[in-house]
Amino acid sequence: MLENLEEIELVGLLNKIKEIKTDGWLVMQICATKIGENYELLYTFGKDYDVKHVKITVEPGVHVPSVTDIFPAAFLYENEIHDLFGIEVDGINHDYKGGLYRTATPAPFA
Amino acid sequence: MRISKSPWLLHYDGSSCNGCDIEVLASTAPRFDVERFGIINTGNPKHADIFLCTGGVNSQNKDVVRQIYDQMPDPKVVLACGICACDGGIFKDCYNILGGTDTVIPVDVYVPGCAVRPEAIIDGVVKALKILDEKAEKMKRGEYRSLTSAEYAEKIASKDGSDGEALQEEKDA
Amino acid sequence: MASKRSVIPFGPQHPVLPEPIHIDLVTEDEKVVEAIPSIGFVHRGLEHLVTKKDFGEMVYVAERICGICSFGHGYGYVNAIEHIMDIHPTDRARYVRTLLFELSRMHSHILWLGLMADAFGFESLFMETWKYREKVLDMLEAATGGRVIFSIIRIGGLRKDVPDDVLKGFLPELDNIVEGIKACEKSFLSDPAVLSRLKGVGYLSKEDAINLSCEGPMLRASGVAHDNRTRGYAAYDDVDFEIITSDEGDSYGRCYVRIQEIYQSADIIRQCIEKMPQEGIYVPIKGFPNGEYMTIIEQPRGGACYYVHASGKKFIERMRVRTPTFANIPALAKTLQGCDVADVPILVVTIDPCISCTER
Repeated sequence: MLENLEEIELVGLLNKIKEIKTDGWLVMQICATKIGENYELLYTFGKDYDVKHVKITVEPGVHVPSVTDIFPAAFLYENEIHDLFGIEVDGINHDYKGGLYRTATPAPFA
Repeated sequence: MRISKSPWLLHYDGSSCNGCDIEVLASTAPRFDVERFGIINTGNPKHADIFLCTGGVNSQNKDVVRQIYDQMPDPKVVLACGICACDGGIFKDCYNILGGTDTVIPVDVYVPGCAVRPEAIIDGVVKALKILDEKAEKMKRGEYRSLTSAEYAEKIASKDGSDGEALQEEKDA
Repeated sequence: MASKRSVIPFGPQHPVLPEPIHIDLVTEDEKVVEAIPSIGFVHRGLEHLVTKKDFGEMVYVAERICGICSFGHGYGYVNAIEHIMDIHPTDRARYVRTLLFELSRMHSHILWLGLMADAFGFESLFMETWKYREKVLDMLEAATGGRVIFSIIRIGGLRKDVPDDVLKGFLPELDNIVEGIKACEKSFLSDPAVLSRLKGVGYLSKEDAINLSCEGPMLRASGVAHDNRTRGYAAYDDVDFEIITSDEGDSYGRCYVRIQEIYQSADIIRQCIEKMPQEGIYVPIKGFPNGEYMTIIEQPRGGACYYVHASGKKFIERMRVRTPTFANIPALAKTLQGCDVADVPILVVTIDPCISCTER
């Protein structure tokens, strides 16, 4: 029921996001949801009052590329996903290496 | 001269939602004005007589709470403000919350409420002042010394045969 | 002489806020060259409570994300669930929600003014602004019974109605508050000592504000007219208001925007009271939510996203909240670059940080 939702494969992620950036969209949020064994990553972008979502589904243990080369301000979202879900995100510009939330139990949402 | 004539207060925000902290601040603002009881809000634990704690304790701040408590001089009282500081409140079941303030240090006065009302905070502080005077009297007679946080942890452990955090987990279960 | 770099840790216990935030300030003499924020001291993990509390009870958890913008958090979650379940609250419920939303905004902005006054060392101005904040809290208490956490909102409408005579009683109160804030405004916007602490401090250009995905008054003070209330949730479609912006881009601009928004909120509340429809406040709900939705609303601190993923069970799969402070932290790190160490408290307050929102 999300409006303007596009489900894509992990391999096409960075190209898709570059395209979105070129169109003038800005990152609004990135979040993960555990559905069964897999994780859904939802990237939300905004342009004025329009919103666009991109969703990828990854299996446990799969590494996800960072989008911080394209959207530098996204580093907090990616660190959050790593700390709470245990999903490895490669190449974040400010990598806290698991030290953003410092939870007692590692990856509590996994 | 009784110590309760001008007690100094130290506020620490554990992992509260901000609601109780704002009410603690509001009780120092003109409407409620706890300063009329001679209370001064201080940031230095070594100056403080009353330790006012809001929010639950988590693994990151438990040592901070212990350290602040141990640095305060005797006599001292601890006030758990808000239901989260009393026993964890709505966040009790969260993975990152160990429980109320009494999981790590002894608490003298529990002030419930979500969020705690300034009137309740003042009431709790006034109650705490009585306890503070009693402690000071006993100290003069050489009958009293407050527990350190390490001794408190031992005391909890001896009741249960395990350490303090395990006790909290059992309470939750 | 080449200057040496040193790192000054700021926080977690620090003088500007009761809440813990930690920033490593890399400095060269008195200048900050880089700021690395780190959070996590009040992380509770409340989004994980979806596994323990059912979708109705989660409203109360959502409200306790933060004690300042509590009503908005409850509303954001409820709105997402109502969209998924296709529930349309009554007009009166929509209007009362809007009214409470704006009262929350007023109290939050006045609170910020007080903290700002405290940050630049104007203690009596802090006390003065908080005097008016208490009046707003009185109105909230009369309407809901709570000062900070209201728990009046529920899926399908409201838990209780706010009687018309109580609402009518708000009108003279609003005038009092606006008058009081107008008196304080003189100190904030034209006192030379205050201006020297605000003008040019923490400048953020329009381009930076957009590229760093800033939110709320931070964005509007840099000249971008963006206010999520124009999306028209609750009853915002039915009231008149104009987006307030400033081209200053500095702490002065943010101060200006927030003060004007206090007057604007008072105006929206008056419109709500005037147009208040007469009918029920609650639509019964049936079944469990199934689907996903994202609500975007304007909190006092800026836009907030509430994402709910439900699969037709009593317990939803995921609630995710992106709060405005979370989005403004990259901008804070940016404005801290190149500032004086002595201005750090002002810059931290200027984004109106809410750490318990950020870490949830």
